[in-house]
Amino acid sequence: MPELLQLDLAFAALADPTRRAILARLAKGEATVMELAEPFDMTQPAVSQHLKVLEDAGLVLHRVEGAKRPRRLAKAGIDAMDQWLAMLRKALEANYHRLDEVLASMEKKKKGETQ
Amino acid sequence: MSKLTLKTEGDTHIVVTRRFTASPEAVYRAHMEPEIIQKWMLGPDGWTMPVCINEAKPGGKIRYEWSNGKGGDFYLTGEFLELEPYSRIVHVERMHLPDPTPDNHVETRFVVDGTGTLMTMRMSLPNEQTRAMMLASGMERGMEASYVRLEEMIKSGLARGGAA
Repeated sequence: MPELLQLDLAFAALADPTRRAILARLAKGEATVMELAEPFDMTQPAVSQHLKVLEDAGLVLHRVEGAKRPRRLAKAGIDAMDQWLAMLRKALEANYHRLDEVLASMEKKKKGETQ
Repeated sequence: MSKLTLKTEGDTHIVVTRRFTASPEAVYRAHMEPEIIQKWMLGPDGWTMPVCINEAKPGGKIRYEWSNGKGGDFYLTGEFLELEPYSRIVHVERMHLPDPTPDNHVETRFVVDGTGTLMTMRMSLPNEQTRAMMLASGMERGMEASYVRLEEMIKSGLARGGAA
C-alpha cells in the first residue's frame, strides 16, 4: 500500500474519540469485540466497524482463537501512544533553544544599560 | 548548549530538566512576563502567540493563544497556585483542542547551578486517551514534527510486517 495512503488511514483512525478509547483499552492488553463493546453504549457490529478501520490503518492486529478473534495493538499502535512524549520533547527543545537566545539578549541589554 | 532531559516518573508524572546560562531571576522573569513569554514559548516553528495573559499572583489567570496563520489556532488556560520569586512556580493548566484536556498540575523550580540556573519542571502525565487526543489534534493542525514521526513509525511498523 502506498505510504501516503497508510498515513491518511492512521490519521483518520486516530481522529475518532471512540477509536482512541479502543486503542487506550488495547494498550492495557488484548480484548475481544465483546469485551471492547462492554464499556460503550454500542453494538458489537459498530465496534467491529471501528476495529476494521484500526486494522486497515495498521494500528491493531488480531489472532484467531476458536470462534473468537482477540485484538491487540500493533507496534505502530503502541508507538502512536508513545509518540506524544517525543512530540512534547521536540516542542520543549524548540522553546528552550529560543529561550537561550532571549536570555542572551536580555543579558546584553542589561550590560549595555550599566555601561 | 545545555541538553534537555525528559523522564516519566511512574505512570503519573513527567520530569523535565534544563540548564540555562542566566540567573534564576532572569529565567523566572522569562517564564512570567508576557512580553518575554511571547518570544519563546511557541512550540514548533511557524507559530506565534498573539494573546498572552499571565497574572503573576496566587489565583492569577493564565491564557496563552497560539496561531500558525493558517487557521490552526488553539489555546491554553490555567491558574497560578503558588509563586516564590525567583525560585518556584506552581500552576495548573489545560489545553483547549478545542475541548479542554484534563488539568495538568505543574511545579517549576529554578536553582543556581554554577554560573547559571538549573530548571526542573514536574508535571502530570496525561492519560493514554488524552495523549492520543493531543496527538490527533496536533496532526490536524499540520504540526510538521508529528507528521514526520508518524510517517517514520508507520514505515517501521510496515517494514516489520506489522508484527506486535
